Amino acid sequence: MVPLTYYLLLSGILFACGVLGFLIKRNIITIFMSIELMLNGVNLSFVAFAAHWHALSGQIFVFFVMVVAAAEAAVGLAIIIAVYRTRETLNVDQVNLLKL
Amino acid sequence: MLHLILFLFFGAICVAGSINLLVQRHPIDSALSLVVVMASLAAEYLLLGAEFVAAIQVIVYAGAIMVLFIFTIMLLNAGAEERTKGSRVASVLGIPGLVIGAVLVAWTLLHRANAETVSIGALPGTPHDIAWLLFHDFLLPFEVTSVLILIAILGAVVLASRPEAVARRHHDPETTKAAPELVGAGKER
Repeated sequence: MVPLTYYLLLSGILFACGVLGFLIKRNIITIFMSIELMLNGVNLSFVAFAAHWHALSGQIFVFFVMVVAAAEAAVGLAIIIAVYRTRETLNVDQVNLLKL
Repeated sequence: MLHLILFLFFGAICVAGSINLLVQRHPIDSALSLVVVMASLAAEYLLLGAEFVAAIQVIVYAGAIMVLFIFTIMLLNAGAEERTKGSRVASVLGIPGLVIGAVLVAWTLLHRANAETVSIGALPGTPHDIAWLLFHDFLLPFEVTSVLILIAILGAVVLASRPEAVARRHHDPETTKAAPELVGAGKER
């Protein structure tokens, strides 16, 4: 038997690591991975609450979060490729203009 | 007891992987540690009894999405990131705000912790029940996600195709030379 709190703490740690990575990383791909880490932390809390309340719809929400994450990854990585083609850099500090 | 040991084991792997993601400087190392995080999260889902979620966590997240990431890293030949100063707003407001938020959340969770426990395999759902929910109660959101996926595919193809290939094809439509290149550019990603 594991307290529900432990699951929520683990999910909070994952989310905090994601936010920290979003703030301190400079590579645009790594920043994108930090967003995925945040989504994973949220998914864990969804499943933990679903198990706690015996409500199956929490798992359906995880499914939808994964679908949105997949769509986001496809579009976001395409944007990263387009950015790299025009700027030839992946450093977000050098991507500070909307128009070249 | 066994549940707690397994939870702590996979949770420690999970946290170690996410910290490694922050520490590593090369994006490919970060991507591999993210795979570790996702695999151990799938084990946590299995402990909770969510077999379906664990399976799609491994297939979709650790499989499809991470392959996309690694493919992009390889395609762009991304090297180790350069250390720069970073934005001042992030270091002045963001990190203290993050610390305060994390402490508040942890304090609230630990303060209000009571005997609510989750036993091993607590979720009752079999894939049959999940399919029943997904295709009856959540049918409309499910169909909307298919439209979302379609839009994402179109957006990814348009964004990642070479702009000069599109432009050349628009300017002289009688030369069919540009067309295979466009098709190749689309197939490439």
